[in-house]
Amino acid sequence: MSKVIVVTSGKGGVGKTTTSASFSSGLALRGNKTVVIDFDVGLRNLDLIMGCERRVVYDIINVINGEVSLKQALIKDKNCDNLYILPASQTRDKDALNLEGVERILNELKESFDCIVCDSPAGIESGAFTAMYFADEALIVTNPEVSSVRDSDRILGILAAKSKRAVDGLEPVKEHLLVTRYDPKRVEAGEMLSVTDIQEILRIPLIGVIPESESVLQASNAGTPAIHLDKSDVAEAYRDVVGRFMGDAGLPMRFVTAEKKGFFKRLLGGR
Amino acid sequence: MAREEPAFKLKIANLSLFVLYVNTTDMDQLKKQLDMRFNKTQDFFSNTPVALDLSAIEHFNISPDFTGLISFMLDHGMRATGVVGGSTEQREAAVQSGLGLFPDTIIRPALKSASIPVAIPGSDAENTQPELPELGSAIGTGAGEPNNSCTPDSDTQQKSVSQAHPAFRPTMIISKPVRTGQRIYAEGANLVVLGVVNAGAELIADGDIHIYAPLRGRAIAGAQGNEGARVFMHSLEAELVSIAGCFKVFENGIPENLRGKPVQVHLDGSDLIIEPLLS
Repeated sequence: MSKVIVVTSGKGGVGKTTTSASFSSGLALRGNKTVVIDFDVGLRNLDLIMGCERRVVYDIINVINGEVSLKQALIKDKNCDNLYILPASQTRDKDALNLEGVERILNELKESFDCIVCDSPAGIESGAFTAMYFADEALIVTNPEVSSVRDSDRILGILAAKSKRAVDGLEPVKEHLLVTRYDPKRVEAGEMLSVTDIQEILRIPLIGVIPESESVLQASNAGTPAIHLDKSDVAEAYRDVVGRFMGDAGLPMRFVTAEKKGFFKRLLGGR
Repeated sequence: MAREEPAFKLKIANLSLFVLYVNTTDMDQLKKQLDMRFNKTQDFFSNTPVALDLSAIEHFNISPDFTGLISFMLDHGMRATGVVGGSTEQREAAVQSGLGLFPDTIIRPALKSASIPVAIPGSDAENTQPELPELGSAIGTGAGEPNNSCTPDSDTQQKSVSQAHPAFRPTMIISKPVRTGQRIYAEGANLVVLGVVNAGAELIADGDIHIYAPLRGRAIAGAQGNEGARVFMHSLEAELVSIAGCFKVFENGIPENLRGKPVQVHLDGSDLIIEPLLS
């Protein structure tokens, strides 16, 4: 049974595309036939992070409009055998991405892929809505700061009320919290929310914590998903996320060394 | 210094409002059908405010010609007042045409208030046993405080309670978290929430509100003016609490002795009282 997983956040710049790239690569490394779809029509980035930007010929809008077949638009990943990328269009209007077309594509992909990862654009407009509408599971990417947490909360509300599963009255979308750009030192200094603070607000299961790291930027610039980096804590953290997603029980939660209540408590409290 | 009579009061009222659900972006078709529907009953509307619900067309990349629609509606006695839902572009176009913006979800229209009074469970009990001594120390929020705006209209309240008949609506129970941007309205009923109510979420009930989790958003009880309504919560972290139009915001933070504590909120005359729940 294939799964549709949306990577979403509401807020921009929190690490959705980085996560989509590493998460889908991780799934493929574990033997899942995986496809990752860039829903950020007009601002395509995923192909850059995956290092396949020069091989983009057709995109998702071409497929929706029936100009090319899915097979022609899918790009095989250079690092993983089981991974394909469906890029976004840079030139088209984002409203060309309609629900009927996306549903048709997803149904076709489900015939040959185990995991379909949807990289959502920021915001709560139609692009983000289309990316999440058909999801079975959702990775909610959140930075340890209040505005990101607030936006994630909003997205969770929309998932619970407006996704296809909610509309059809099926079992709700399975939600996973992924905290990215986490810096235990700054948490300790009371400058960032702790994982406990974030969970206290969002109240969904934690699937992993990705530490803040310079290697993410280097990986993006090199067009290699961070999960492929040698001896990097980010790569380790993403492998843990994929492991937990695949049901590896008992993986310890790493990179969360410091826990402190400071910032959140002060924020709520009277001065 | 002589005290001046207050020149105004600001309250949240729930009024009945016609909502025109716009199902197409084809304004000619819409006008044609409106015409067919209402030209036999010319005076069905007379300067009647009407909201436009755009949620059915919000995924279209077209903004309807609001100016044309407004004047067409006016010819039929409907005054378009604002829009519900719609895409960002459509809402912008609506503003350009002089329309207001309603929040993006519809609260069901209020009851026909005068003719069908609704007994709110709890308010009767309130009236039959008024002599219960207050427990704990009431933390008054002095009338002079800028945060506390209030002048409840006790006359109308008396009337509606005396007319109340035993018909009541079952309590609305929400077992999931209520998240930013969500709004829940228990019309003519009490509201019980078992999940967390996060900042930016809004609970509204015509009766009481019980929250068995932290309240971080807003809770508005007695929305139709029931001054006997109360709000109970497991942990006070709220942005705003309100009873029968009297509200309190916590601009300077929640007092130390109440923050994160189980509390109840009720109205004493024109004072909104927040006090700890004693076990």
